[in-house]
Amino acid sequence: MPEPMGFYTDTTVCIGCKACEVACKEWNQLPATNGGRSTLSGDSYDNTRRLDGIHWRHVKFIEQFDADRRQGRWLMMSDVCKHCVRAGCLEVCPTGAIIRTEFDTVVIQSDVCNGCRDCIAACPFGVIDINPVSGTAQKCTLCYDRMRAGMTPACAQACPTASINFGTIRELKQKAEARVGQLHGRGERGAYLYGADDKMLGGLNSFYLLVDKPEVYGLPPDPKMPSRNLKPGSLWSALGAVLVGVVGIISFRMRGTDNA
Amino acid sequence: MPSTFFTEAPHWRWLIILYFFVGGLAGGCYFLASLIDLLGRPSDRPLARLGYLIAFPAVIVCGVLLTADLGRPERFWHMLLQSATWRPMLKTYSPMSLGAWGLLVFGGFSLLSFLGTLAEGKRRGALAFLRPPGPIGTLVSLLGGLAAFFLVSYTGVLLAVTNRPIWSDTTLLGAVFLVSSASTSIALLLLLGSRRVFLVGGLRALQRFDTIVLVLELLALGALVVSLGSVARVWLSAWGALLLLGVVGVGIVVPLLLHLRAQTPLSSAARAAAVCVLVGGFLLRVVIVLSSESI
Repeated sequence: MPEPMGFYTDTTVCIGCKACEVACKEWNQLPATNGGRSTLSGDSYDNTRRLDGIHWRHVKFIEQFDADRRQGRWLMMSDVCKHCVRAGCLEVCPTGAIIRTEFDTVVIQSDVCNGCRDCIAACPFGVIDINPVSGTAQKCTLCYDRMRAGMTPACAQACPTASINFGTIRELKQKAEARVGQLHGRGERGAYLYGADDKMLGGLNSFYLLVDKPEVYGLPPDPKMPSRNLKPGSLWSALGAVLVGVVGIISFRMRGTDNA
Repeated sequence: MPSTFFTEAPHWRWLIILYFFVGGLAGGCYFLASLIDLLGRPSDRPLARLGYLIAFPAVIVCGVLLTADLGRPERFWHMLLQSATWRPMLKTYSPMSLGAWGLLVFGGFSLLSFLGTLAEGKRRGALAFLRPPGPIGTLVSLLGGLAAFFLVSYTGVLLAVTNRPIWSDTTLLGAVFLVSSASTSIALLLLLGSRRVFLVGGLRALQRFDTIVLVLELLALGALVVSLGSVARVWLSAWGALLLLGVVGVGIVVPLLLHLRAQTPLSSAARAAAVCVLVGGFLLRVVIVLSSESI
């Protein structure tokens, strides 16, 4: 059994070149949007806008500037599926299309998925969407096909600044912790790891080094499993059923004055 | 901002809203038919017959709506069978997986009761034993009634077992959908039975039932808003106005007032109340689904 594999993304060295996005699209043969015609979002240099069924990598551009734009900084982050150890999408998938691989990654089998879209609603990170070509839900596979051949995922291979690191989770955590220590030593006290420990959904097999609050990067501060609501939701429903049932019985039993 | 606001919408729109509404009517009408068959008077039997005759066609419509909504409709059966091994596909912790089986089981019971009801025509057919008061008919009605309760509430639990804003920020949606399904189904039976004078006794019991269920629905909706906490602020919008005016006003308050006015369930006021409840029940599902979809 191979060791759990994943990504560690150091956002402090991302330069927003989008090579990862291009490599992902090329390797996975993902279609262009809008028939290949470019449309500008008006949101910094980000025209990809979000992760979805045909964008499995998305480089976010966050501009933090004063009103007069004299002081400020860019934050860039290459976002991707988090391959959660406790994955909400895998939990709710009613067809068994979403599986955990031998590398501890989460993959949607496109030939099994029937496009019910429950996984889209269950993902705490808004990663999954329908690929209009296949009609099925799709997302990053962490290049499962390449990994099985002993290759590095296309995005990590293409990243020119080693912002996207690929490897065993054990090695990646060591590397990431060392980098946080280095940044703290240089005075960047805000550097921290998002999703590296098992407190967040049992651990994210794609975790991040960030220098601002998760919300700034469009990441949820406290992602949860969808099943947290299963028991209480079912119990309230059962209580409702008992109440309606009792009222119904009473309504039909207490008919003394009704005309039969 | 709560973490649920960082997620993506699953594009569940009109087909799903219609499914929630029609599914509620299918389950609700079956439950009412069972209740009337098991506890009502012999003179109420035509009312129960109406319930069974609605439930089965409605559940067929549900299957069509759900299949049409899939990205790959020809793979609808993947919900029930593993496509690679042909073994049953069931996840007890996935409401959608349970719901697919629930729909199938309910469909089976509603078919049996439907056949039993049809067999009770002028010439009593061989399948009439599928309807109470016989032991098999009673068993079918009881089990089908339980399946009906599941069908009308699992949809709300399914919405809660996601990470979407509003849906997963409360655990009361299943109960709200259940109570609303009861009120809309009572309304439908009241409406369809309101021109048959000989049903007045059963209709009066239904009207009494409806009044209490509408009060329960009002309480459930209030509890839903409270349970959402700060997330409820998203309803300070057109959706909130629709909830207040359409669901609470038209769907609950107006029918309650009309019930007070209506001397008899055969009156036009009672019919108007029933129409209002049906409109309110539909709008409830519109608001719940689309107000989250639009975030």
